[in-house]
Amino acid sequence: MKYLFVKLKERIMNIFKKTIFSVLFSLLVMGNVQADKIKIGTEGAYPPWNSKDASGKLIGFEVELAYTLCRYIGQQCTIVEQDWDGMIPALIMRKFDAIMAGMSITAERQKAISFSQGYADEVASLAVMKGSSLEGLDTPAGINLTKPDAAAKKALKTLTSALAGKTVCVQTATIHQNFLDSGDVGKVNVRTYKTQDEVNLDLASGRCDAALAAAVAFSDYAEKSGKPVVLTGPTFSGGAFGNGVGVGIRKDDTELLKKFNAAINKARKNGDISRIATKWFGFDASM
Amino acid sequence: MDIELMVNSFPKLLSASLITLKLLSASLIVGLFIGLLFAILRLNKNIFMNKFAYGYSYLFRGTPLLVQIFIIYYGLGNIEYLRTTVLWVILKEPYWCAIIAFSLNTGAYTSEILRSAFQTIKPGIIEAGKSLGIPSKIIFYKIQIPIAIRQSLPAYGNEIILMLKGTSLASTVTLMDLTGVAKYIISTTFKPIEVFIVAGGIYLFMTFVVHNVIKFLEKKYSY
Repeated sequence: MKYLFVKLKERIMNIFKKTIFSVLFSLLVMGNVQADKIKIGTEGAYPPWNSKDASGKLIGFEVELAYTLCRYIGQQCTIVEQDWDGMIPALIMRKFDAIMAGMSITAERQKAISFSQGYADEVASLAVMKGSSLEGLDTPAGINLTKPDAAAKKALKTLTSALAGKTVCVQTATIHQNFLDSGDVGKVNVRTYKTQDEVNLDLASGRCDAALAAAVAFSDYAEKSGKPVVLTGPTFSGGAFGNGVGVGIRKDDTELLKKFNAAINKARKNGDISRIATKWFGFDASM
Repeated sequence: MDIELMVNSFPKLLSASLITLKLLSASLIVGLFIGLLFAILRLNKNIFMNKFAYGYSYLFRGTPLLVQIFIIYYGLGNIEYLRTTVLWVILKEPYWCAIIAFSLNTGAYTSEILRSAFQTIKPGIIEAGKSLGIPSKIIFYKIQIPIAIRQSLPAYGNEIILMLKGTSLASTVTLMDLTGVAKYIISTTFKPIEVFIVAGGIYLFMTFVVHNVIKFLEKKYSY
């Protein structure tokens, strides 16, 4: 009896050891596999740059471009979702290795992370509801703020007087917020939102006199919701609006930065970027 | 750790906590009235009033505060008809939307706290008042309410603290309260840990004050 008991104990211990060993082994293997993958963070709420389809799958220009770039790099990628306002902190804290989230290259962000060369550029614009007093401002079609010429300066003055005391809504931590905070258009009442969706909702409800974001973000919303959202004033580029959209990478991760830069070069040469951009934006936004 | 950032952000966060305190005090005052009203309705023998009050507290205690704010702010804002009425003057402002949501929420909890406090009053006390020939209105105002307030102090103190932390959700409807300003600073410095530690410290200090005031009142009105 005692012998049987010891035997049984031995067997149970054996099974235990085997399972623990195999679990540990599989964890080790899984860990290795994941280490080879590049994790890319995106917002999934800024169409057409990146968004989600009805089933919750991430789609958009950057999602497709990310897989293309990873093919050129020769490594597997996983794309993970991250709220916009925590994007850069999450990268620094190694929740993922690269940001592809319509993030413009600005001097302010470059203090915290590095950027690959730009892969796409796209102008910003103010939007209002049809019938607003801000509709049809007398300004040139587009202004560049890097070296503002006389026409651009005049346009800023027109905007300053038009927007005085108005509420302008933007997504938080964006170039659009930086621009309004910079005082280039005087003292406007800036309201910040966590996502562009919420900006659109409040623009439509009339809580915002105007909103500022990528021009395509508004045309995309107008098209999908059927709301009478119209663009007004000039389109903006340069200056606070940065120098195109690039891949955000941790400062110490120079190896990955090189890989992405090389991949972007190849993808541009082969026409992949402009093909994907045209597919999602309706025009060639690549750079 | 960026100590310099923590020191620099402290005054900004401190002035933002004024908005937090404003939101908190406004919604607590309104919520207390709502709570008292619904507690009395709950104790009412009329079945309709009773069920109505029960339904209110069930609805607001059974849904997250965040959902309530979103429904009041974005939900009501989307109803086109409402935007043409006078109500829109109030609902247009995120500040009032937040106060409405917070008041309704804390009102539901307060009504439950007060109801249970009223129910703990021993019938003997009321009967004693009656036998002395005191009118029942005066019994209610001079005997029942003071006892109920004393009974509900510990639970109500808890509710104040929960509400204080609940006001952080105001930042989701664009208000620049303590959490909103903390997020704003993070959006330009990309250093969440430092800023949230300072903001958390300020919340902790406010909780400390509330906790001690309630403790003092409990001692003062103990019997």
